[in-house]
Amino acid sequence: MKSFLGQRAIASAISLVALIVLVFFLSRLTGDPTTLYLPVDASLESREQFRKLHGLNDPLIVQFGRYVGDLIRLDFGESIRRSEPALDAVLRAFVWTLQLAVITMALVTAAAIVLGSLAAFKVGGLFDRIATFFSLIGASAPDFWIAIVAIVIFSVNLGWVPTSGTGSVWHWILPISVLFIRPFGLILQIVRGSMITALSSAYVKTARAKGVRNRPIIFVHALRNAMLPVITVIGDQAAALLNGAVVVETVFGFPGVGKLMIDSILQRDFTVVLAAIFVTAVAIFLMNILIDILYAVLDPRIRY
Amino acid sequence: MAVSENSGTIPETPPAWLSILKMLWRDKFALCAAVFLTVIVLCAIFGPMFLEDQAMRNNLRGRNAPPFDFSKDWKFWLGGDALGRPLLARIIVAAQNTMMVAAGAVLFSMAIGTGLGLIAGYTSKLGSQIIMRLADVIMSFPSLLLAVIVLYMLSPSVTNLIIVLAITRIPVYLRTTRAEVLEIRERMFVQAAQVMGASTWRIVFRHILPVVFPTLVTIATLDFAFVMLAESSLSFLGIGIQPPEITWGLMVAQGRPYLTNAWWLSFMPGLAIILTTLSLNLLSNWMRTALDPVQRWRLEIARKKK
Repeated sequence: MKSFLGQRAIASAISLVALIVLVFFLSRLTGDPTTLYLPVDASLESREQFRKLHGLNDPLIVQFGRYVGDLIRLDFGESIRRSEPALDAVLRAFVWTLQLAVITMALVTAAAIVLGSLAAFKVGGLFDRIATFFSLIGASAPDFWIAIVAIVIFSVNLGWVPTSGTGSVWHWILPISVLFIRPFGLILQIVRGSMITALSSAYVKTARAKGVRNRPIIFVHALRNAMLPVITVIGDQAAALLNGAVVVETVFGFPGVGKLMIDSILQRDFTVVLAAIFVTAVAIFLMNILIDILYAVLDPRIRY
Repeated sequence: MAVSENSGTIPETPPAWLSILKMLWRDKFALCAAVFLTVIVLCAIFGPMFLEDQAMRNNLRGRNAPPFDFSKDWKFWLGGDALGRPLLARIIVAAQNTMMVAAGAVLFSMAIGTGLGLIAGYTSKLGSQIIMRLADVIMSFPSLLLAVIVLYMLSPSVTNLIIVLAITRIPVYLRTTRAEVLEIRERMFVQAAQVMGASTWRIVFRHILPVVFPTLVTIATLDFAFVMLAESSLSFLGIGIQPPEITWGLMVAQGRPYLTNAWWLSFMPGLAIILTTLSLNLLSNWMRTALDPVQRWRLEIARKKK
């Protein structure tokens, strides 16, 4: 187990380094911040001074060396736009995204597992067909479209919930519902498929023959064995939520890390972009390791 | 069981495409999906040729014209947009860009991913390790954000969009292919081919690839939907296709300011996206069964029940 974790940590570190190198040079290529932050008629001297202030006048490779040196001390540099440490801005936004992702995934997992198992219990039945149909639609719908349609219906016409921002519990309802739909559709399909296989296996037939009732058969015998592929997909979707809630966060004006990242890219606030990508990537790595450990917990045959 | 009593000859086996069509006919959902997708593809190929002009012609009297007004020209049946351009014609024309980006990205990533997957599955351990780590790196990237950075750096054009989306999807095909190859290479027919002296090239392309291919096609169908949604999201955020070119995602974004008084501007192109991805999902589900020799009986048996 320990050597496995070590291996994973090394592999993750290599990926992380590649990510930092790539994003560092890619983001510098998007343009010069001075043209964005200084007025059009700013003098050459003031431009030079601005570059010097933010360490942008050295050759790229020197800048990179300095950045890596700071990074080792976990110093992500100052944000150009916000004049505060980049990491602070990112962590503040990340907490919002994390809350959103955790609540959404908890709801999705619970709903998809229960409904998917019930659908698999009677394949081709009415409930199965309804569940399959709606989960397919859910998996096919573009989230930005659902978001704006939901705003028109529930915020503008019915006036039940606020259109955007944060503040009260009500502000969370629309973003969570919109983020809920796609992962729910996908995971329900996977649960259903893997439960159908599990329910036709020999140990379920044995349990039936012993006279075990339906509910324990579904939720104790079959579900535990059907969970492995489901967990993989849950992990994928959670990762997608952590870095891909961009669209929904933008539409709802939610101060999460996705919106921060898009804003920072458009404002050429390189330090914030890098810090945000770094934090998200670390979160995703940690989650992947957690999922591998979960595998071993659920299936004692898997040993690392 | 009325097996040809009137003649002693064995009827010829019908050609493969005919039996596939018959299977498709029996699953009405998949049939609708296939028909809808055919229509969309035809729109994408021929639409811009005939409707490009009309889709770009402003008409200030028809600004935000409401949909379902059948007294007008058919192009206005879904209403007009903020500049009075016919929405239906625009949706048909936009199908081309939307389809082109998705098809390009899927073909690219499938070709490269499959190639690398075959290499990783069939060759030395070292090469396989390098390729798999590379896939891990790509997988751990926040792909949408990376696309944003790259597109912001390069100018967002159809080609760049295809390249960016293709790179993020390569690992899907790579991993599937490698996993399947690892299993297939141990089978008897591969070993027989090796014993008979077939070249590696021949074994990989004539013996292994055809077995993996159905799985890949099924994944590609599903992935097509995914890539389409990703492109729409990017265009919606304003970093995908740029006006005056149009895609469905961009049309949704363009309709956003008019949501409260002309909901159809955003709603209709969104509906086009959802129907297309839904059809792709349905078709992919059907293909999973139809292309799998072990599962195919489920579709063929239905005929005998009737």
